[in-house]
Amino acid sequence: MATIVEPTIFELSSPGRTGVTMPASDVPETALPPKELLRSDLPLPELAEVDVVRHYMKLSSFNYSVDSGFYPLGSCTMKYNPKINEDTCRLPGFLFTHPLQPVETVQGNLALMFEMQEWLKEISGFAGVTLQPAAGAHGEFTGVLMMAAYHKLRGDTKRTKMLIPDAAHGTNPASVGMLGYSVVTIPSDERGNVDLKALAAACDDTVVGMMLTNPNTLGMFDEHIEEVVKLVKDCGGLMYGDGANLNALLGIVRPGDLGFDVMHFNLHKTFAVPHGGGGPGSGPVGVSQRLADFLPSPLVGIIEEGDDETAPLYGFVTPKNSIGRMKAFHGHFGGGLVRSYTYIAMHGPDGLKDISQYAVLNANYLQARLRDTYHIPYDRICMHEFVMEGRFEGSDVRALDISKRLMDYNFHPPTNYFPLIVHEALMIEPTETENKDTLDSFADALIKIAEEAKTQPNLLHEAPITTKFGRMDEVKAARELVLCCWLPEGYDLSK
Amino acid sequence: MNTPSNLKYTKSDEWFDPATGAVGITDYAQSQLSDIVFVEILVDAGEELTVGKPIASVESVKASSEIYSPVAGKVSAVNADLSNAPETINSDAFGAAWMIKVEGGTEGDLMDAAAYEAYCAGREH
Repeated sequence: MATIVEPTIFELSSPGRTGVTMPASDVPETALPPKELLRSDLPLPELAEVDVVRHYMKLSSFNYSVDSGFYPLGSCTMKYNPKINEDTCRLPGFLFTHPLQPVETVQGNLALMFEMQEWLKEISGFAGVTLQPAAGAHGEFTGVLMMAAYHKLRGDTKRTKMLIPDAAHGTNPASVGMLGYSVVTIPSDERGNVDLKALAAACDDTVVGMMLTNPNTLGMFDEHIEEVVKLVKDCGGLMYGDGANLNALLGIVRPGDLGFDVMHFNLHKTFAVPHGGGGPGSGPVGVSQRLADFLPSPLVGIIEEGDDETAPLYGFVTPKNSIGRMKAFHGHFGGGLVRSYTYIAMHGPDGLKDISQYAVLNANYLQARLRDTYHIPYDRICMHEFVMEGRFEGSDVRALDISKRLMDYNFHPPTNYFPLIVHEALMIEPTETENKDTLDSFADALIKIAEEAKTQPNLLHEAPITTKFGRMDEVKAARELVLCCWLPEGYDLSK
Repeated sequence: MNTPSNLKYTKSDEWFDPATGAVGITDYAQSQLSDIVFVEILVDAGEELTVGKPIASVESVKASSEIYSPVAGKVSAVNADLSNAPETINSDAFGAAWMIKVEGGTEGDLMDAAAYEAYCAGREH
């Protein structure tokens, strides 16, 4: 029987309690909207301020976060975010600007954005960058819109197929679907690369392009990346790079140099913007020369060159064949761009390269320590992450059981059941910030759990046993979609 | 693994019953997906199908998958009860969990039970 460790805010409510006592109104009353627009059954909780504070303080102490322990979800979900980023994004000059201010009064912000565009171009090897997209999937959509605009301007209208590997992120086909294109799935070969034969067979003059994550979601750098790019380009397609795994490549490989035409950056992954709870992200997009004229507008540009004495005048410019605006205003400025700018500036070119090298080293160290205990289906030198199977011969223990048991050892579970091409997948991404002691204790826990799977499988089926709440009923949660603790009057659950 | 010998199978784990025209997903597929929590049949009775056309969308606690038609032909019936009881796929994949029935179905590239079992065994590694 689970104990209730904290009631909901609604259960703590008591009629008449209040956080703030409002003074009597000293302005004339106006009539309320028609009563059809009003509702009476809105049971807002009534509590004193201190009770609200204590309630949420207590709930926040139940969190497990990257600030409280090892978090093998990696940069993909959220790597460690250096605290200096929090200082810079709160500098009053950034914090108190408004997107509608005249450009002459926000030159500092524009200078930062301009430099950010330049830095991302240098990091990726692209000719142009937009900072507008609000997150990764929005960046993908922006990129695919530019690919579509490119083919359309050339009158090449029969291209309607996008090639996507079976290891891809689910957002790739979703972005393609938004444009009404069809998706052709390309299988992976036994080494975790794109299957070249299948790719060659799919390449024809109806191909819009290919969306490829490299390294892919198995953590494998495609060993035939040049052939893949060539096959797609030879049939007139464009190469889209999903930048979700850029954390493995900084200062080592530039997607633009590999022949990619477009790629989104996940500032909230690679460049350390916190994004717990689904946002806010930031998904700038870089493009090669042939797509540069299609970038969203406006971009930040230099309107008047400066010299030794005077700073340049920054302003907004519109590319010739721009697909238009992708977001109101200029992207996630303070939350995303200022933090990432700080992160890049603090590391510099050599530091960025160190990030990727340590991320790759740490993943390979963990893979080497776990190789003899867990089956690794695509077993070769990995990049920043690797995927192993959470199952054992002759045992009914599954990946979910192993993940839940990790919580008893005070570790956050890794990504479960993705990518889909690995049975009982456990995807592990330690990132660059973890020291050897942390990696060792995580590996020790996983090795111990594998032993428990043999000797006491029921312990794993029941895990976690030391947490505030035991095993959640995921099936019930998915089948009975009731999220609120009260139901509006007359609401029939059975419908 | 349960693989009835009177049915035909696809590489994407659908089954087709040549006698009744029924289509569903296999026991192997449901065991891989684990607890199924949502099913939506994407086609209506009377609709013409081509081989490989998406006919349903199935979601489990692990993943969501599209289900593709193993045959070409006309949809003669849709199992309307399935969306209210998606767990039927876990308990009775080859029986009550049929998804649609197809009239005069022309089979795509289908396997018999023995070939499908060998195919599943090959994927276990």
